[in-house]
Amino acid sequence: MAGDKVVVLGTYGSMFSMRVQVALAEKGIEYENKEEDLANKSPLLLEVNPVHKKIPVLIHNGKPVCESLIIVQYIDEVWHDKNPLLPSDPYQRAQARFWADFVDKKVYDCGRRIWATKGEEKEAAKKEFIGIMKTLEGELGNKPYFGGEDFGYVDVALIPFYCWFHAYENFGNFKTETECPKLVEWAKRCMQRESVSKSLADPHKIYEFVVSLKKKLGIE
Amino acid sequence: MAKDDVKLIGAWPSPFVNRAQIALNIKSVKYEFLEEKFGSKSELLLKSNPVHKKIPVMIHNDQPICESLVIVEYIDEVWSSGPSILPSDPYDRATGRFWAAYIDDKLFPAIRGIGTADGEEAKKAAIEPVIEGLAYLEEEFIKSSKGKNFFGGDKIGYLDIAFGSFLGWIRVTEKMNSVKLIDESKTPNLFKWAEKFCADNSVKDVIPDTDKLSEFAKVLMAKLRNPQN
Repeated sequence: MAGDKVVVLGTYGSMFSMRVQVALAEKGIEYENKEEDLANKSPLLLEVNPVHKKIPVLIHNGKPVCESLIIVQYIDEVWHDKNPLLPSDPYQRAQARFWADFVDKKVYDCGRRIWATKGEEKEAAKKEFIGIMKTLEGELGNKPYFGGEDFGYVDVALIPFYCWFHAYENFGNFKTETECPKLVEWAKRCMQRESVSKSLADPHKIYEFVVSLKKKLGIE
Repeated sequence: MAKDDVKLIGAWPSPFVNRAQIALNIKSVKYEFLEEKFGSKSELLLKSNPVHKKIPVMIHNDQPICESLVIVEYIDEVWSSGPSILPSDPYDRATGRFWAAYIDDKLFPAIRGIGTADGEEAKKAAIEPVIEGLAYLEEEFIKSSKGKNFFGGDKIGYLDIAFGSFLGWIRVTEKMNSVKLIDESKTPNLFKWAEKFCADNSVKDVIPDTDKLSEFAKVLMAKLRNPQN
């Protein structure tokens, strides 16, 4: 759409920011990326997301949209002509929304507990994480993408977590590839898409970030 | 539409189930309500929602759909010839979804928090985030209703359903804790909207009566304190 101004407030390393970047890249949309320092939130962020004060925020022609999956759906609906992310069939759409919601409800929180806790709690988090990945692997089945033949909404929702796997695996002492080989195959397939490879953070940088965050929070 | 078979697995006190019922009513869709027995989960529920094992589950021509807001969007898309539930403009849709998520993630847990707070101090602290949330929704109502009766304008829409489904529990919380949440003086628009919403034909037989729900709340609280009984 000519004359569209798109700004994204996000942070490097945030899976939620990455979802928005992947979606915009899939649609070939140019945008201005503004990196937020979460320890020192900008007046703009506080103005456009007064309720949650969180990233990501998409600002389209001056109007803010908040919450990563809501942003992705918005992007899909506005720029509907290219690379549709949600399927057209209502039942398939409902399934896609269900699974994206599942990712939201389960993955971040469990992943965080792997690096933020120790001992029994950490072990439990690791087991739970593997269970979640196995459930997702089951849903993927033999399809190339969660969206079927085409990269879609659930793929966008989940793939940013892939760059966090290295950190989770290091702190949890497991290998996702051993536990869920098909899921890792899927992730590598997604990484072959430029929209994904250009948007995802460097796993080693993520790992370093978690190491320093643990120090800051005083977690062993 | 060729003969549709619609079943809804649910329970009368659940606001999430109520959302699906209201949406089906708006579209005049006939459905079979399969009431779950309190304290146990049916085979059908476990089979239809193996991931979360929760209600509501809508089964449409043998295909299950789970998660109340996903169900509402599905109903809107399938029965597209009926009155529309979601707005057509993408920005308005995003706004509606934002507030529905806020209600589920922040407001509803805060309302529940009032009921479980122990003592006057805790109760006062628990009420604050609810009042803040309702103030946000009062503001949003003014913006999206554009002077009409509902968040959806002339007729009930997505956010009306997402929020209105909690009115039964909001009233129970007010009654059992002697507190005004939707206050005629502080949130006059929400106050008027609540009455209109509950009186609407698609809603009036769905949102449980306050007394009946209060009785259920007492049973629920007792069960939560004594899980074995």
